[in-house]
Amino acid sequence: MLKIENLHARVEGKDILKGLNLTVNPGEVHAIMGPNGAGKSTLGNVLSGRDGYEVTAGSVIFEGRDLLALEPEERAAAGVFLAFQYPVEIPGVNNTYFLRAALNAQRKQRGESELDSMQFLKLVREKLKIMQISDELLHRAVNEGFSGGEKKRNEIFQMAVLEPKLAMLDETDSGLDIDALKQVAQGVNALRSPDRAFLVITHYQRLLDYIEPDFVHVLADGRIVESGDKTLALKLEEQGYAWVAERDPAEERT
Amino acid sequence: MSQSPVPLPFIDGLRDAANLRLPGSGRAWLDTARRENLEAFVAGGLPDTRAEAWKYTALRALGQRRFALGDPAATAHSIDPHTLILPGVEGPRLVFVNGVFRADLSRLEALPAGLSLQPLSQVLEQDPEPLRFALSRHYREAGDAFARLNAALAGDGVVLRVAAGARINKPVQICFVGAPAQGDLAWHVRNVIEVGEGAKLGLVEHHLYNTPHKHLGTLVSDIVLQNDASLQHVLLQNAAEESTLIRHGSLHLGARSQAALHVLELGGALVRHDLHAELHGDEARLDTRGVFVLRGRQHVDTQLSIRHQALNTASESIWRGVADERSRGVFRGAIVVAEGADGTDASLNNKNLLLSALAEIDTKPELEIYADEVKAAHGATIGQLDERALFYLRSRGLPQAEARALLTTAFCRAVFASLPNETLRDHFSEALLAHLP
Repeated sequence: MLKIENLHARVEGKDILKGLNLTVNPGEVHAIMGPNGAGKSTLGNVLSGRDGYEVTAGSVIFEGRDLLALEPEERAAAGVFLAFQYPVEIPGVNNTYFLRAALNAQRKQRGESELDSMQFLKLVREKLKIMQISDELLHRAVNEGFSGGEKKRNEIFQMAVLEPKLAMLDETDSGLDIDALKQVAQGVNALRSPDRAFLVITHYQRLLDYIEPDFVHVLADGRIVESGDKTLALKLEEQGYAWVAERDPAEERT
Repeated sequence: MSQSPVPLPFIDGLRDAANLRLPGSGRAWLDTARRENLEAFVAGGLPDTRAEAWKYTALRALGQRRFALGDPAATAHSIDPHTLILPGVEGPRLVFVNGVFRADLSRLEALPAGLSLQPLSQVLEQDPEPLRFALSRHYREAGDAFARLNAALAGDGVVLRVAAGARINKPVQICFVGAPAQGDLAWHVRNVIEVGEGAKLGLVEHHLYNTPHKHLGTLVSDIVLQNDASLQHVLLQNAAEESTLIRHGSLHLGARSQAALHVLELGGALVRHDLHAELHGDEARLDTRGVFVLRGRQHVDTQLSIRHQALNTASESIWRGVADERSRGVFRGAIVVAEGADGTDASLNNKNLLLSALAEIDTKPELEIYADEVKAAHGATIGQLDERALFYLRSRGLPQAEARALLTTAFCRAVFASLPNETLRDHFSEALLAHLP
């Protein structure tokens, strides 16, 4: 589904990613862990197409397409979704209206018919049930005045409605108390499916107690230096990141 | 005011204006008022940018143009009546094409009790005496040149009166339609509107066109609200893209009267909108809301001046400006709290959005306070679309243009939230969206 090869990226003239390799298959959950400044968030931003991230070498192939050549909205329509670390507040734009516009824009780009308001409402009701969130959030402006937990849940709710093939979670656990964390994880788990892959970017292991990864990768200084199964996360939790700092890049997993 | 040795084409084009046969011509007081205003205009010429009120709007190019004094075919242009329909607006209607009343397009039968509504051209021929005071006015300020020109040449417009205590529930629609004529035309329209004591009026003013043209229109509008009267005034300006429109409105508010104004400026190459409001009676209240959305090389200049001169009066103004491509917007919002106007509560909020590096917006909020115990706030900002918000929307699948449009409409939303006519409010949103490049 996703194949990243030798990815180098630069932000404000500074090299952040320095030869990152990663392959993700449908249905898999990959956790990307690493110390601050290792390039975790840069990876999410590069893959979703944010301005200011310059790719200097390497390639990213998503479902056979050159992902880096696509505009952010084209990546979204192709099935890439990023749950933001800091979801943006958009005063004056109603949450439901926004979500319907986004879904229909994606469907239009894919040559599918747009949903009318009745069809959309039906879809939203189904997803609300799965996510166990109150429909009160839907009537407010996008993220405006939302608590930290509400913002993150709203991200997952958007994910549920947009049904991406590749869902990336950028530090979704940051700033959440344990109850909010559980709710978010529950939502993510409800969306796991054989066709959908997840890239869970996190600094702490605790999110992985609730979202169980198939693979754990350690990102340090712009490269993946260690890959393993979920026990790797536990090891990191015990020993900290110091022990990986000096390691060579891990062998590429294919 | 300097006068060129060779008259500007604009002024030269007025050579025969003194001999023009206008509705009401032949009445001594009206002839005198028209003649004196014409002389004053010719002597003063067009204001230049040294006049403070015209600092950001240069009229040099306009001065080089020549306009026909009248359109002999104004009553013959074929106008599709469907274009006059505004959703949610179903009351009486008065239509002017190139500044001339059109009975065939108007809807004046079965007026509700207490409403008197007539074209000025008729009133002038029948009994202009009640308008003598309004039409004899002299405009002395250098910046009021167009009001002088209008006073000299206006032969039509709206004369509307609501009798004391009458409540006009369906809004009255007044339409100003531009249509191509023999060359470029200047038309002048004068409105005199009075809402009687305790009366209530809804007014929808719509500027539109059928086929593109480059006319100049001037409109002078006096609105008086007697004590306890109330007015909902909506102004949708969608004039022809290359036309010039100069609008000069004055609003007089009696004790405990309430006026709400909602303005959406979309059309025109050069548009100037002056609004002078006087809160004259105790506890009067004025709410103004306005948006301009500009593209191409449009130039729209809004000058709002609100004068509080009685006890416990209130005004709240929320204006938004959006400028794209090479357009330029100007907003001046001046609030004066006169001596003795204690208990005034005034606020003015103006936010602007530049959508292009070549667009420009000048905003100038002014506050002058000569009274004690006053609550007054004003603020103005100029900014750009939030890049983070733009990326957020795009990352969810909205194409760039759609994301920009969504954020731009959201930016303007606060202005129309208070428009009570929901159908019309939706129409405003759509018109605004349609105007974005």
